[in-house]
Amino acid sequence: MSWDWDKLMEQKKSSSGGGFGTPPKMDDVLNKLRGAKGRFPGGFKLIILAAVIIILVSSSFYTVDVDEVGVVQRFGRFVRITQPGLSFKFPSFIETVSKVKVRYVFKEEFGFRTVDPGIRTRYASGPTYESESLMLTGDLNVAVVPWIVQYRIKDPYKYLFKVKNIRSTLRDLSEAAMRVVVGDRSINEVISKREEIAGEAAGILQKELDEADTGIHVVTIEMKRTNVPEPVQPSFNEVNQAGQEKEKLIYQAREEYNKVIPAAMGEAEKTIRGAEGYALSLVNRGKGDASRFVALYQEYAKAKDITKRRLYLEAIQEVYPKIGTKYLLDADMKGLLPLLNLGKSEGAKQ
Amino acid sequence: MKSKILAGFLVIIIIGFFSGAYVVDETEQAIITQFGRAVGEAKTSPGLYFKVPLIQQANYFPKNLLQWDGDPGQIPTLDKTYIWVDTFARWKIVDPLKFFQTVNNVTSALARLDDILDAAVRNYITSYPLLETVRVTNRKLDTFEVGIGDNQEERITRNISTGRKQIIKQVQEQARPKLAEFGIQLVDVKIKRLNYVEEVQQSVYSRMIAERKQIAEKFRSEGKGEASKIAGNREKELKKITSEAYKISQEIKGKADAEAAAIYAEALGRDPQFYSFIKTLEIYKETMDKNTSLILSTDSEFLQYLKDYGYSGSNLQK
Repeated sequence: MSWDWDKLMEQKKSSSGGGFGTPPKMDDVLNKLRGAKGRFPGGFKLIILAAVIIILVSSSFYTVDVDEVGVVQRFGRFVRITQPGLSFKFPSFIETVSKVKVRYVFKEEFGFRTVDPGIRTRYASGPTYESESLMLTGDLNVAVVPWIVQYRIKDPYKYLFKVKNIRSTLRDLSEAAMRVVVGDRSINEVISKREEIAGEAAGILQKELDEADTGIHVVTIEMKRTNVPEPVQPSFNEVNQAGQEKEKLIYQAREEYNKVIPAAMGEAEKTIRGAEGYALSLVNRGKGDASRFVALYQEYAKAKDITKRRLYLEAIQEVYPKIGTKYLLDADMKGLLPLLNLGKSEGAKQ
Repeated sequence: MKSKILAGFLVIIIIGFFSGAYVVDETEQAIITQFGRAVGEAKTSPGLYFKVPLIQQANYFPKNLLQWDGDPGQIPTLDKTYIWVDTFARWKIVDPLKFFQTVNNVTSALARLDDILDAAVRNYITSYPLLETVRVTNRKLDTFEVGIGDNQEERITRNISTGRKQIIKQVQEQARPKLAEFGIQLVDVKIKRLNYVEEVQQSVYSRMIAERKQIAEKFRSEGKGEASKIAGNREKELKKITSEAYKISQEIKGKADAEAAAIYAEALGRDPQFYSFIKTLEIYKETMDKNTSLILSTDSEFLQYLKDYGYSGSNLQK
């Protein structure tokens, strides 16, 4: 492994940012050690010296991972922040370094714990976790609201030095913020408007965290499945079911309506058209009959007697042949009528 | 020999130097005591300091934001509902000297916080109805808003006059001066958890169930009502459609009847007798058939020629 010392020193100098003291130069340290070596000859002393040197050197450089920064304190006082890479500092009793993952997104879970993350993540829930998620809603009902908070450390200085027990502070503030939001929502809203609640809670939490100088940035609050406590769940499902039933009944009634009404309208149209047809035919026939009569009458008026006679006889001529049985009675003969069997059937006659 | 004495002195000085040096961390502040008595100002800024070795002692106190977690306890509200309240507070040691003199260390400070804050929280929560502690604003809630008994209406629509924020503020105001005496600054107090106690919880659950059940019932009956409405509408529409059609068709027919009657009257009125003559003949033609028996008297016009060709006309007369 070949180290480009100069380059590394350059990089470190530029990244350490002006102000907070300068890191010790490697050459200086080595020179000092070499000088010291000359004044203490002897085997045993040499071993002690070597041990001291190893300790001093090994505590004088450190590496900072890609997702971290190093926070260096000299005699307890914060002096600088170092970026990822290899860095140097004074030995451990003068300068100490704390590494803070500033790019890593941390997660806190409320109301459940991830047991086995994976494609099908398993969650644990239990009475202890339940008390985190049980909360009172604005209409004094009880809701189960599990959620997660994802956060990043935006200010390592504040994160390290401004708050003691920062993780539990974050958890407490999250719980308080979520309860403030849920306390102003009805149970229905808690169940159906999770996005809105998460957004508002995130806003409140961020404000609180800033006020407390935690140096934490809330990336997101995500609501898990909000629900009502288990003993109450069946009744909530019942409401959903009843809602469906309601819809169903209405649709059925509409179906029935749609089945009958358009048909009835067609039927009505048909009745009206029929009446119109009747009217047309009646009037036309009337007109026809009238003109026929008028025409005939005009001729009749010219020769009343003969026309009437002719019409009469023509009618007789037409009618008489059709008549099945004809009896002729001499007007002079009386009392014949009772002899006629008027009721006899045609069949019997043949 | 002289150099050895010198070396010995040097060693003592170095040891003295190291035991006299102390470091105050970013998160700490220190007070130097000499035989238990505080000496000088508190060291509140971090760095390397020196004190007289052996005689003076450094006492460290945290400088950053500290936490106090309340003992969750049952508290009755003004409306006699027992609730579990879990509070937490954040505080800071702002006057380490006073802090050191009055409470000495963080552990005993927490005990004082317990005494003062638990009492204050209890005082204020007890003097307000539950809703005041639960809600923060009078934001309008979206409930199913169904007509339930007065009880429910009151429970939901009642507005808060104080709210959680105000209650907490009062708690803080009450506790702050008391804690200031210990050199403690109370940053804030918050309610972490708030819930019904076990027994109340059961009855709340039953109430929630009852509430849902009646909402479900309402939905069902709404469904039935709506369906009946539609069915009624259907009946009505149906009757309307058929009756209107009947009405229109009767009107049309009546008009046609009238028109036809006028036409006939106009035409036939010229000679009603002639009309009945030809119409009667027509009816004869239509009604007479082989089932008809006809008895004709020789007197009739038709048979007048049967016995007599009619020149004498005597028979005819007879």
